[in-house]
This record gives sequence, C-alpha cells and structure tokens, in this order.
Amino acid sequence: MSDKNRAVEKLQGKFEASILEVKQDRGDWIVTVKKEAIIAVLAFLKKECAFSMLTDVTAVDYLGTLDDRFMMVYQLTSVAHKDRIRIKAPVSEADCRVESATQVFGSANWLEREVFDLFGITFDKHPDLRRILMTPDWVGYPLRKDYPLQGPGREPYKGRLS
Amino acid sequence: MGVNQQLGGNVTVTSLDKLVNWSRKSSIWPMTFGLACCAIEMMATGASHHDLDRFGIIFRASPRQADCIIIAGTVTKKMLPVIQTVYEQMPEPKWVVAMGACACSGGVFDTYSVVQGIDEALPVDVYIPGCPPRPEALLFGLMKLQDKIMKESNSFGSTFGLGDRVSTV
Repeated sequence: MSDKNRAVEKLQGKFEASILEVKQDRGDWIVTVKKEAIIAVLAFLKKECAFSMLTDVTAVDYLGTLDDRFMMVYQLTSVAHKDRIRIKAPVSEADCRVESATQVFGSANWLEREVFDLFGITFDKHPDLRRILMTPDWVGYPLRKDYPLQGPGREPYKGRLS
Repeated sequence: MGVNQQLGGNVTVTSLDKLVNWSRKSSIWPMTFGLACCAIEMMATGASHHDLDRFGIIFRASPRQADCIIIAGTVTKKMLPVIQTVYEQMPEPKWVVAMGACACSGGVFDTYSVVQGIDEALPVDVYIPGCPPRPEALLFGLMKLQDKIMKESNSFGSTFGLGDRVSTV
C-alpha cells in the first residue's frame, strides 16, 4: 500500500477546483468531486488513466448526517494497472439530478436505473431511465432512509411484542 | 326380493363422489413452479429418493394441465400478478399448497416488497411450515391434501352443474 496513486495525482493536477476531498481508506483511494464535474472526471480516468471498467454505480442516503443528502458512488477498475478507485459526488435533495455516466461507460445504464429506482435520483441524458427492480407503478423510493421498511400501507414493526 | 344374485369378487360398490375423489387424489398434478430455496426442496422431493411419482404426483409444465400449485418460496409484490395469472389459467378443480414460511406468512421478509403470505391472494388448502421444509414435510403436506380431497363431497355432481363441490375440512 502506497501513500501515492498515479491516477489520484493526475486528477489533482487536472481537476484542482472540482475536488472536494481525497482520502485513502483500507487501501482504497476515494476522491470526492463536485457533481458538475463527474462526467469529465470519469471520462478523464477512462481515457488518460486506463480505468477501463465501471464496476458499480450506487448511492448513499445521508439523511440528517450531511448537508447534501445523497452521495453518488462510482467504482472504477483498471484492468491494465490492477488498480481501483472510488469517485464520489454529493447530490442535494433539492436538486436531485446528476448527468448520466452512460455517455462514458455503457455499464452505467442499468446501474443508474437501479439508483433511480431505489433512491429517486434523476439521471440527465440517460437513454432509458425507468424503474428496473420495483414495479413500474411503484410510488416512492424504497432505499431512502425515510421510506417505511414495511411499506407505506402498514403499521411499522415495534419489536417482538407488537 | 332384493339382490338375488351375489356380486362377484371383482365388483366394488362405492359412491361416485368417492370414486372421483379417489382418482383426483391419486393424480395430483402440480404446476412446475418454484420461487426460491423451497423450490430446491420441492425438486428434491420430486427426484428419485423421495419420488413423488409413487403418489401419482407428476409435475406438469403447463398450468392448463395442472390441478395443484405449490407456492414454493418468497412471493414478491412484483411476482404476485404472475402467480395469479398462472392460478387463473389452471382448470378446476384446483388446490393451493403454501410451502414454507415465506409462502405462509412472508417469513423473515417483513418488508415493503414481499407479500405477507400467499393467502392474501389465493385460497390456500395446505400450509407447510419450515424454512425450507424438508422433503418429508412436503410429502406430509401433500398427503394432508390427499386426505382433504378424499373428504370432499358432491365432487361428481359438481362436474355437470349440480351445485358446488364442498370441502368439509
């Protein structure tokens, strides 16, 4: 494990103004960027740093913890360099939309549909943005922290004696 | 007066209801339909070691030929319309077996996406507990279904419109 990463250094050189945080956690490099720069960062990593594979796109709901409620998470793998990097971008609840990464990585298509389905984050310029897991007529976004676990129509579970 | 000639040894006297019930319980043809881990146990029950064929239970790949559906696994809200369609495609008479904790009550999946028991949508005849139930448990449940079928009345008359089939259990 080194305290330097070729891709992170390149990113810091090119996207100085857009990078919010750089840290290393358990050997993984995590770069948090502004959501406006996300497509440029992903395209740069793919083209200049040989991160050829987008392994996962997901989101986290930081309800009540962070000012910007959602955090987009992109996992990238470089097959050539046997290297991984995680790109994160905060998304506010008021402006709950991100530009789609499908224009850079085709694999983002269904992954972004899943994030849209379960978190309600809209992806601009997505070719086919509709629900992928829940039924098309589903109301609400189940993985949001304020979504009731047992569904909107049911009395919540109050422990074994309820 | 009465019967002068004794019946031969190759003649049995019974009621038509009993005959119909007996033939139905001896040829329960379940729909080939599995949803989760219970389906693996259901397949194991159908395989040679436990051998459902000896009860005349032969899995059919079409609901049109099936008269029993074993709900073997977790029923999600997305899957429920499919199950209802399959059930509606089955001809009468038809029976429903809820196999395992999920099909009976939703099981551990007390969540927004899971139907809390298939009896919310279909009329269940036999509930089999277990997670998943062992093949012996499924066999016992199917034998309970056979007992239930044997206790039905008006099974013959209902086939040509004389009232409804009555289940006494």
